[in-house]
Amino acid sequence: MNRLMIRTEQLKAFYVLDVHGDQTVVKAVNDVNLEIRENEVYGIAGESGCGKTTLLKALYGAVDPPLRLVGGKVYYFVDDQPLDITTLSAEEKRRLRWEYVSYVPQGSMSVFNPVIKLKETYRDFIASHVSGKTREEAFEIAKGHLKDLGLPVKILDAYPHQLSGGMRQRITIALAALLKPRMIICDEPTTALDVVVQRGVVQMLRDIQANLKNSIILVTHDMGVQANVADRIAIMYAGKIVEEATTETIFGNPVHPYTRYLIHSLPRFGDKTTRESAPGNPPSLSDLPSGCPFHPRCPFVLEICKQQMPGTYKLDHNQKVACWLVEERQDASSS
Amino acid sequence: MQALLEVDHLTKIFTLGSMVSRVRITAVDNVSFHIKPAEIFALAGESGCGKSTTARIILGFEQPTSGAIVHKGKRDAQSKNKQVWFTEGIQAIFQDPFGTFNPLRTVDRYFFETIHSYKLAKNKAEAIERIDQKLKAVGLSYEEFAGRYPSEFSGGQLQRISIARALLTDPILMIADEPVSMVDASLRMSIVNLFKKLKDDFGVSVLYITHDLATAYYVSDRIAIMFRGNIVEEGSVEQVLMAPKHPYTKLLRESIPEIDPNLRWSQAVTLSDTEQEEYLRTGCKFAGRCPQVMNICKNVVPEDVYIDGVLVKCHLWTESGITPSIPVPMRKEPVD
Repeated sequence: MNRLMIRTEQLKAFYVLDVHGDQTVVKAVNDVNLEIRENEVYGIAGESGCGKTTLLKALYGAVDPPLRLVGGKVYYFVDDQPLDITTLSAEEKRRLRWEYVSYVPQGSMSVFNPVIKLKETYRDFIASHVSGKTREEAFEIAKGHLKDLGLPVKILDAYPHQLSGGMRQRITIALAALLKPRMIICDEPTTALDVVVQRGVVQMLRDIQANLKNSIILVTHDMGVQANVADRIAIMYAGKIVEEATTETIFGNPVHPYTRYLIHSLPRFGDKTTRESAPGNPPSLSDLPSGCPFHPRCPFVLEICKQQMPGTYKLDHNQKVACWLVEERQDASSS
Repeated sequence: MQALLEVDHLTKIFTLGSMVSRVRITAVDNVSFHIKPAEIFALAGESGCGKSTTARIILGFEQPTSGAIVHKGKRDAQSKNKQVWFTEGIQAIFQDPFGTFNPLRTVDRYFFETIHSYKLAKNKAEAIERIDQKLKAVGLSYEEFAGRYPSEFSGGQLQRISIARALLTDPILMIADEPVSMVDASLRMSIVNLFKKLKDDFGVSVLYITHDLATAYYVSDRIAIMFRGNIVEEGSVEQVLMAPKHPYTKLLRESIPEIDPNLRWSQAVTLSDTEQEEYLRTGCKFAGRCPQVMNICKNVVPEDVYIDGVLVKCHLWTESGITPSIPVPMRKEPVD
């Protein structure tokens, strides 16, 4: 099995909002355990407001108020040594960034400084992370890097607004991969792009991963993109990972009722049979229902679902499901 | 059967830049289509292809440079705002359900306002009855909605509320501009199914404007694919999406990620450099990226031809290009 890159233990990250003494706790990441290994694309899927982006912030160690790390640990495995990043200082985290882990935030096509040319952005970037490089050397590194990724070198002389959104998105990802990080965290890299451009971005992500043999954490709600890139997929619902399995298993044999709705509601070409959405609405993270957060929408709800959150059950093929129905089924088969 | 709405050779030119360096962008270029009663017609394409501009012209928010909108046999009626009969029959639903409603007003006020402006009820009890009836059609009720603010609803609920509001006037056509792109994945199909239900139960036609070909395939009867202001292919969804003829439709169709990890993309794709360049291109606008490009494509705009009832705008299918295996009938589709 490949080397471990990142592990979380009972990770809890809440937004604590205090408005005139009225405290609201938004439980955006609630008890998340995950392990990501080298040379894999780990997809995280779920609808908006389920805590995907907050989970990434916690994984990246970018926890700023009102977001608070309430409990749990996040370990990076730098040189196979576990390193709890929740205890690191800002300077120690800065040194890990871009070399061990890099982060492509949502809407990242607007991250470039609009008044300087892209080669200056590249130079700034290289100067702050690689010491002892002259301007020309930095420029050479940038050129070679763009060439490797099949992007036109002439964009270095362009201002960001002269390029299309898809091109800017690809340059952001290219920049994130510049120092060959062992882990790249991408938050909705293809959202708001057209399908053809999206395909180009996905293609580039796959190329980078194949070259660097690193791990990519890919958050997107688009199940088509997940199917195309991810090796393993975690499905998030209301701050929890409700199911995790290989891409083939998630699409071929989803077990959690929420995952089943999610997969089966996707329209497919050549098939016009009626697709049903899950009934009801997603819960508010500041006012979660008791027990399993999906129980008010679940058609198979049991009495216990309303009171207790299920544990995580391991099935064959490394599939993990947090659902009481699985326990029922396992009990039935063992007795 | 008479067409419900006819878009007749519509052109819209936007002028960019200053007095000295003017660029004329033809956002909508000679676009014609019609919508029949009780059908869902999809207008699909990437961002910047002119699909929303077309919708805005139909709704009278923009004036066309040339061409006309024909509804009930009258031309350009929508541009005169006082023509209540137009908006009574044609209602719109927009992309952003959070932007549709003012956050400081309760949502029911929009309903009473519509009823008042169109004189749809004699008294309050009658109005509430009508509102409740429309809300029931979208799976909500008056009790759970009265006196509440937009922030108390989810995006999916708000989108259903705006559909219910549009239904108040008993429209025969709804113009839905990207109605599901901002709705959560798990609720998206409930909105799309609603359009199907409205068509089947009430005979409402829908102009479904979208970039999402998968839902377009699922819900629509006919589809038109737009590219840089032109309709490049138009026909039944089965024909256009399952057996695309135009190279652009093919590219678009192949670029939709399949919901199946065994069907990953294997071929690389060429992306356009800039949008403006393609708009300004003479000849076929797809020529710069087309894998089957010929010399003629770069200079001459292809004619529309009909092949098995599907409109295609491509030299590959006209006589001047590679002759398709079947003879191409050069005729206009009869308007039924």
